[in-house]
Amino acid sequence: MAYPANFRYTKQHEWVDVKGDIASIGITDYAQQELGDVVFVELPKVGSQITAGKSFGNVESVKAVSEIYAPVSGEVTEANEELHNTPEKINSDPHGSAWLVKVKLSNAAEVSALMDAPAYEAFIASEKGKEASA
Amino acid sequence: MESVNSPTTSELRKTPLNGVHRRLAAKMVNFGGWDMPVEYPAGGGLVAEHKAVRGGVGVFDVSHMGDIRVHGQGAGQSTPGAGGGGLGAVQHISMNDASKLAIGQAHYSALLYPQGTFVDDVIVHRLGEDDFLLVINAGTRKKDINWVRENTKDFDCVVDELSDAYTQLAIQGPRAIEVMRKLTDANLDSVKNYWFTHGTLCGLKDTLIARTGYTGEDGFEIYVPSDCATSERVWAQVMEAGREFGIIPCGLGARNTLRLEAKMALYGHEISETINVWEAGLDRYCKMEKGDFIGRAALERAKSDGFKRTLVGLEMIGRGIGRDEYRVCNEAGEAVGVITSGSPSPTLCKNIALAYVPPTLADIGTRVFVEIRANKCEARVVATPFYKRAKKVAAPQAAKMA
Repeated sequence: MAYPANFRYTKQHEWVDVKGDIASIGITDYAQQELGDVVFVELPKVGSQITAGKSFGNVESVKAVSEIYAPVSGEVTEANEELHNTPEKINSDPHGSAWLVKVKLSNAAEVSALMDAPAYEAFIASEKGKEASA
Repeated sequence: MESVNSPTTSELRKTPLNGVHRRLAAKMVNFGGWDMPVEYPAGGGLVAEHKAVRGGVGVFDVSHMGDIRVHGQGAGQSTPGAGGGGLGAVQHISMNDASKLAIGQAHYSALLYPQGTFVDDVIVHRLGEDDFLLVINAGTRKKDINWVRENTKDFDCVVDELSDAYTQLAIQGPRAIEVMRKLTDANLDSVKNYWFTHGTLCGLKDTLIARTGYTGEDGFEIYVPSDCATSERVWAQVMEAGREFGIIPCGLGARNTLRLEAKMALYGHEISETINVWEAGLDRYCKMEKGDFIGRAALERAKSDGFKRTLVGLEMIGRGIGRDEYRVCNEAGEAVGVITSGSPSPTLCKNIALAYVPPTLADIGTRVFVEIRANKCEARVVATPFYKRAKKVAAPQAAKMA
């Protein structure tokens, strides 16, 4: 799966898609592969604040609970409640319909600190290299 | 994901099939000091593996399990069927009644501490009048062999540690027997559940073939020589024989969800050195009437003292997955119990768990609350096992075999 050029990425494998002052946030294809079949999602409430670098929810596979870390700070304007019924979308469409939340950015400068697609792809290539030699 | 912080992967033990799992790009995990496959993403991963076992057939590398042979020294026994030092030793350390096993039969049992708590659980196979094979857990190999040697030294028996001699494969599922028929000419239809035989398998003479498993499905466990060449050859032949039945390799992730649905205990979770036989609900494998054994006296006392906790099945009602070590609360919100094993159930499409709770909360239908991070999530006590495989109904084909 391709990593959209207009997204920005974190080392915890979240992506951000900024349109104006609203950022959509999700987890990457690499993250969903590592997780396996997603069976459960825990999202923050609309109106709550998320803070860059801090956990704001969970994605669960059969085997494990995985925290999701906020790439940027802001107020949650939308939470993708549909994922409660169809968590498997996170596996099949992690960069599209399986966005997790939308936030109103409180500090747009945080976005520039994130990796672009080529940097993220290089990052996961080195992660895979570490796994293979482990 | 399981932590691979310490020890490093190079320090973990590996089964002879480790290369196969890595070539299949299995997701590997440290299980009890072993580098083991937790799932095989290329085949669909945990849920696909679980479903393959329930609906067809899957194969597990379980070579990390341990094997201890306890057998008598004497060439002949005084009374046929009586057994000697080997039987005496096993009867002393194992809570089930090994004298009731026919040659070719196996049963579930446990080795107990004097307090009536668990050293390990074990499958005891009667290889001969006075000859027994104990199959034990991977993580307790060292502890168990030391325990067996120490506690059988007053018996006229020999204890052999055979764990590294065998590659053990579990072929499990309703179609496992069809796969096995292609691999061996042993008469499998005469090998009932929890019985075993020896036969030629994949050209290997005198191979132990047991109708045992840890999945709640029909299936077989085979024990082949542990050299890499033989192990890989047998694995490849099993996969080839199973191809027409949709066989896929299955990892420890599916092994766990399958055994949980079937309410089978996992050492370190439902049973441990601080839990006794009554609490764990394993009464029917504990034959108090057979005579003395290690732990018997304490269990007798515990029975009259009453017990503070009991193992129950839970089904999550609220939105949440109760997992291992999550606390269980009563209606008043007080933490009174703990989940020993909890997970989504791929077969039932529910979130299930086994948990220790006070006996007052053990009735079916009792409402409890599982602490999941900041929330208390409703659950209900349910009957176990959560899943039981369908009994074979008499059919024209079955009548042919009779």
